Amino acid sequence: MLLIPCPWCGPRNQVEFTYGGDATVNRPPPDAPDKTWFDFVYLRDNPRGPHLELWLHSAGCRQWFKVCRDTRTHEILAGAAQTKISSGPAS
Amino acid sequence: MKYSIFSLARNALSWHEHWPLAWRSPRPKARYDAIIVGGGGHGLATAYYLAKEHGLTNIAVLEKGWLGGGNTGRNTTIVRSNYHLDPNAHFYEFSLKLWEGLSQELNFNVMYSARGVLNLVHSPADMDASIRRGNAMRLNGIDAKFLSRDDIARWIPNLDCSPEARFPIVGGLLQERGGTVRHDAVAWGYARAADAAGVDIIQQCEVTGIRIDKGAIEGVETTQGFIATRKLGIAVAGHSGHVAAMAGLRLPIESHVLQAMVSEPIKPVLDTVVTSGAVHFYISQSDKGELVMGGDLDFYNSYAQRGNLPTIEHVVAACLALFPSFGRLKLMRTWGGIMDMTMDGSPIIAKLPVKGLTMSGGWCYGGFKATPASGWLHAYTIARDEPHPLNAAFTLERFAEGRMIDEKGAGPYAWAH
Repeated sequence: MLLIPCPWCGPRNQVEFTYGGDATVNRPPPDAPDKTWFDFVYLRDNPRGPHLELWLHSAGCRQWFKVCRDTRTHEILAGAAQTKISSGPAS
Repeated sequence: MKYSIFSLARNALSWHEHWPLAWRSPRPKARYDAIIVGGGGHGLATAYYLAKEHGLTNIAVLEKGWLGGGNTGRNTTIVRSNYHLDPNAHFYEFSLKLWEGLSQELNFNVMYSARGVLNLVHSPADMDASIRRGNAMRLNGIDAKFLSRDDIARWIPNLDCSPEARFPIVGGLLQERGGTVRHDAVAWGYARAADAAGVDIIQQCEVTGIRIDKGAIEGVETTQGFIATRKLGIAVAGHSGHVAAMAGLRLPIESHVLQAMVSEPIKPVLDTVVTSGAVHFYISQSDKGELVMGGDLDFYNSYAQRGNLPTIEHVVAACLALFPSFGRLKLMRTWGGIMDMTMDGSPIIAKLPVKGLTMSGGWCYGGFKATPASGWLHAYTIARDEPHPLNAAFTLERFAEGRMIDEKGAGPYAWAH
């Protein structure tokens, strides 16, 4: 089981969370060229190792936040958990 | 050696002590006409069809571990072609037709069992979607049959078809030619046949880099040294993005872990494959008697080849909602495999934007049943330097061009397919 460190609620069981994917992609401005939009919507680094990702505490405080997790071991790495962001992933 | 009743009898007389090795374990040569990365079913099938259909025999398959040690040995062995969209329907039907003749083709019993694949339907909306898909399949010449709840209750007595069920069953879409294939035998059968055709299968040989000069493939760096080639095919499933990155490419793919599990072996209780999209669950019984089951992804990026308990609990809960009588069984093993989830849920079997580089990947949940067709079409694409009509739609460029093949209409979230 993943014990996910919610910056507001503390470490909680993964079943309370919804995954939001790669947190390193940034939504481009509406008038950005197609290539920029294509990169944002479709392409991912998909790293084998540390991965900065978004999680939503959907059955808790309902805040989005970032977690850095090793995709080889599922170990949650310290450091990024307290990073607050202003909005969720593009919807 | 051709396997037959006569070879069996002959070897029985010598107490089965003199069977020849099924394939060689050669050292890599300095140069090959084509190299396939990945010694799973897909890579071995690609090499086999390159040799058999296109006459290329100076080929190597490079495998970092052992043959069939990745997803070929980790799937739930189901084969089917019950797809709605044309490119998927034609592709998977081609694959199912290859499955039907594969044991004879390879002179190796892959134990194809056309026991049927039944998709349960739990609601009127579910029924509309299933009948629409069944009609699309029949228009594409693929068998499909709609069963009523009573048909299903008579056929599968231990399935809870009562109105009191947690998710009451109202019918089901059956593909009778679907079923199961023994997955290890697929890797072994293709390996043996490819080796007999002259293909070098090199295990314990991990590709660590791809050498490119002026936009064209020159060869691969491996743990057994540099090997030159002009044609490089990637068939590495969950590691597609990892290997493509060695050629400087980013793919519309994320790697996710999918778990599967088996119960202790019991006497025959289930003679078909039962799936339910509503509860995210599929189950069949292996020839050894274990109930083989699986469900959803764990829903986070992973290369770990193991998942977490909440997903196992979900699968088991779904199992008991459908088959209450299985509640007394013990779960014997669980494991995970790494899925190369594309952004539209369909594969990529195509030339990549480096001269001489191709891939067959992005299999999402569905790679095992695609094995023969993936190998056949990947080989065609490598040998002819152009796609066959059956894989022409499965390009890398379709994502930029807006030609997605999104069976579920789930949108560009890799883990949603």
